[in-house]
Amino acid sequence: MKAVASDVLVVGGGIVGSSATFFLRQRGRSVTLLERGMVGQQASGVNFGNIRRQGRPLEHLALSNRASATWRRMNELVGEDVEHIAEGHIRVCYRDRPEILDDFVSYAREARIRGLDLEVVSGTALRQRFPFFGPEVLGGSYSPLDGHANPRLAAPALARAARRNGATVVENCEILHVEKNGDDFCVTSSDGRTFRAPALLVTAGAWSSRFATQFGEPVPLASHGPTMCVTEPVPYSIHCAVGVVSPVKEEDLYFRQIPRGNIIIGGGLRNPSYPDVCRAYVMPRNTLNQFRQIRRLAPELKRLHIIRVWTGVEGYLPDSQPIIGPSRTTSGLYYAFGFSGAGFQIGPGAGDVMAELIATGQTTTPIDVFDINRSAISTTS
Amino acid sequence: MNGRFVRLSETERPQVNLHIDGKLVQGLLGDTLMVAVLAAGGHLRDSEFGDGRRAGFCLMGACQDCWVWTADGERLRACTTPLQEGMDISTRQPEATWSDHG
Amino acid sequence: MVGPRVVVIGAGPAGTRCAETLVAAGVRPTLIDENRRDGGQIYRRQPDNFRRSYGTLYGTEAGRAEAQHRAFDALLGHIDYFPDSLVWNISERSVCVLRESSLTEFPFDALVLCTGATDRLMPIKGWNLAGTYSLGGAQVALKAQACAIGRQVAFIGTGPLLYLVAAQYLKAGAGVAAVLDTSPWSLRLAALPKLLAVPRALLNGVALTLALRRAGVPMESGVEPLEIGGSPDGGVAGLSFKDAGGETRSVACDAVAMGYHLRPETQLADLARCEFHFDEATRQWLPRIDSQGRSSVAGVYLAGDGVRILGANAAEVSGRLAAMALLQDLGQPVDTAALAEQRRILSRLERFAQGLRQSFPWPAQLAARLPDDAVVCRCEAITAGELRHIVARTGAVEANRVKAFGRVGMGRCQGRYCANAAAEIVAHAANVPLEQVGRLRGQAPVKPLPMGAEADAP
Repeated sequence: MKAVASDVLVVGGGIVGSSATFFLRQRGRSVTLLERGMVGQQASGVNFGNIRRQGRPLEHLALSNRASATWRRMNELVGEDVEHIAEGHIRVCYRDRPEILDDFVSYAREARIRGLDLEVVSGTALRQRFPFFGPEVLGGSYSPLDGHANPRLAAPALARAARRNGATVVENCEILHVEKNGDDFCVTSSDGRTFRAPALLVTAGAWSSRFATQFGEPVPLASHGPTMCVTEPVPYSIHCAVGVVSPVKEEDLYFRQIPRGNIIIGGGLRNPSYPDVCRAYVMPRNTLNQFRQIRRLAPELKRLHIIRVWTGVEGYLPDSQPIIGPSRTTSGLYYAFGFSGAGFQIGPGAGDVMAELIATGQTTTPIDVFDINRSAISTTS
Repeated sequence: MNGRFVRLSETERPQVNLHIDGKLVQGLLGDTLMVAVLAAGGHLRDSEFGDGRRAGFCLMGACQDCWVWTADGERLRACTTPLQEGMDISTRQPEATWSDHG
Repeated sequence: MVGPRVVVIGAGPAGTRCAETLVAAGVRPTLIDENRRDGGQIYRRQPDNFRRSYGTLYGTEAGRAEAQHRAFDALLGHIDYFPDSLVWNISERSVCVLRESSLTEFPFDALVLCTGATDRLMPIKGWNLAGTYSLGGAQVALKAQACAIGRQVAFIGTGPLLYLVAAQYLKAGAGVAAVLDTSPWSLRLAALPKLLAVPRALLNGVALTLALRRAGVPMESGVEPLEIGGSPDGGVAGLSFKDAGGETRSVACDAVAMGYHLRPETQLADLARCEFHFDEATRQWLPRIDSQGRSSVAGVYLAGDGVRILGANAAEVSGRLAAMALLQDLGQPVDTAALAEQRRILSRLERFAQGLRQSFPWPAQLAARLPDDAVVCRCEAITAGELRHIVARTGAVEANRVKAFGRVGMGRCQGRYCANAAAEIVAHAANVPLEQVGRLRGQAPVKPLPMGAEADAP
């Protein structure tokens, strides 16, 4: 069978891979996206759905702002509704950690310089604007233009739009073998098809390390499963996304309500995941912890019932930052993975910037901080 | 009484008072909340998605169609909740209300 | 001496006979049931202050019902019984339980799931109107609350329950507007040899039909349901259908009881990671079991209508068989003659059940004929048209993918009442075999769990 040839091969159809595919087509490159299962089925489809810039490391804000611009136009770009709600995001701290409120103030100062305007709120103003917060909440940082969207819809919509624009999207395609022959990468799938391209972009999430290892730059990629649940639909009253900042892992809960009324809850403790079988399992005690946290964060919500829990497989790097950029060993090879549970908002930005890098050889948004060779994730001691 | 359900027998049971949408109504001891509400009226709640009133479906705690709001914002599954004196049910979707946590 | 920790879930016929067999062998099982009282659905007990006799409540099954309840009562000193307790999840060899507002875990060495069944539904346009109930729901109203679901009730669907509930309503003095069966009468004739496997049950069924006819209840078979009419505020006002001759007819009614036989409650088997297989005969996914009820997971056994719809009598037998399998697997001796006898009885009951399925098939063909504006998912108010549109626009075919895009099955009932029909609609719209659509992945909690619930202190 003849190999399918294109300018770029993208391996892994999550939010990053489908964004990259979409933007590469916009830049006139021929692209083939290979996805082992269905597009957006893994971390990109099971995550919380936060469209959040605030709280990210300051060096990430340029890319996050770029992603934000894409999210504002997302429905128009993909020709579908990804249920993006841009009515703000507030992250709060509890009274027993007042220093975090000071952190919010200094972060806001730094963020403003980098194009992200935040407002720190506490006291009466907090109670008036966010009446659902419990008495132990001290104050928070509010980002008016952040929000949330539906993670189940976004990556598939991007891939469908890319396909309408001429990209080749191949689902149910398990990769058996990758090699570089001369100028081209050659990929063989388990059903005997082959694909060729001079550029290969690895956006395979928690499954990316096999490729990095093969090309001589192993990375310490771990995987975990987020704890997620959702309530029955109840009257729509909370429009912004909500999160907690705490050094205690159990406490970092977040929730968002959708117009249909369901409240989606994430955060707290993580679950063991099994990338080999693409499964993770929610431990009941992690769900119970979320109940405890909700009772503290927004007490009236304790009257509600959850109707479903879920999890998935997310890829994590030790410094909780992704790898985005070119291979340091092999020309034509690029990576964008390891978003460590914070990839949904920034994902389209990563896809966009990788499309730019592959198509033009440079990027207008700096990505050095995400380099695969950075010392924080070096596997050599 | 213009209820949906029809009591066929077992009507010699003590009365139990409840409120439905602010109106005092009587059920019988041994009724489920669902039966008490539907013996007095035609529905339990509004569908969240605009397709009208609902009055339960399976009566065995499987369909989850009969969840009702109490007047103070709690949730009860009407078909598996025994009627108790003083229950106060709202059949309309309430607005979200928050206590003062200041 | 601490024996193996055995947990039985469900206090219906299967769970009762399973526990009874275990107790007789010297085991003290924990028995957890969601309802206030034992009996499951068919032998559901009325509240303490109700006076109706067993004959009134259970008709021809009065003797069996009483025997069941007595058998359960006799167990009470010998089991750890937790009624009013919801098993919401199964995790790593323990069951997660909600009782009142408290959350506990019961670790187990062996687990028997006797979770029973609910009605199997094929939507009818308008079935989301107030006043539409499942056949099982209509029966609970009568059996457990001495109520009829309306003044003039139309019964529609197929299966033995259709006739049973209608006849029970008639006998109790309720208004029975019509009994409408989607299965042509001729199917029952063809199935007669299998139905003769249990002559008493066949005769009971015939007697019910005759009682309805003698009372002048309009009865039709081979119908195609068209619409439940009424208003969003007022609820049900009537029901229209096509009769076997193709004529459009209607029935005035203020309530509809509908159902197409039963479907097993397999959520806990799913959470226990039991393997499922596609059963072509019934067009649904069922947990795999061996002839005694062992699942694909060591130490997990499945019995009763919660694994195969074979009826209450078969549930008792399969409960005993599962207990015997469990005992054998624990290295305990088992009366092999008794085991063989139970399996013989089960075979006969399986044959009868096949006859019922042949007489009253699941009307898969109705799915494709549902109008676009018919609601399929009652919880989320998703229509057949919206579902078909998802398939057309996204190419999604697999059940969980369709759910992710279209929300069907995302509601409170987790697809209990819409998943079968939704799968048929998707298969038809995508032109693929039903098996390819797959099944909805089970997700805890099996029923809504309050966020106010707190873990019991250890």
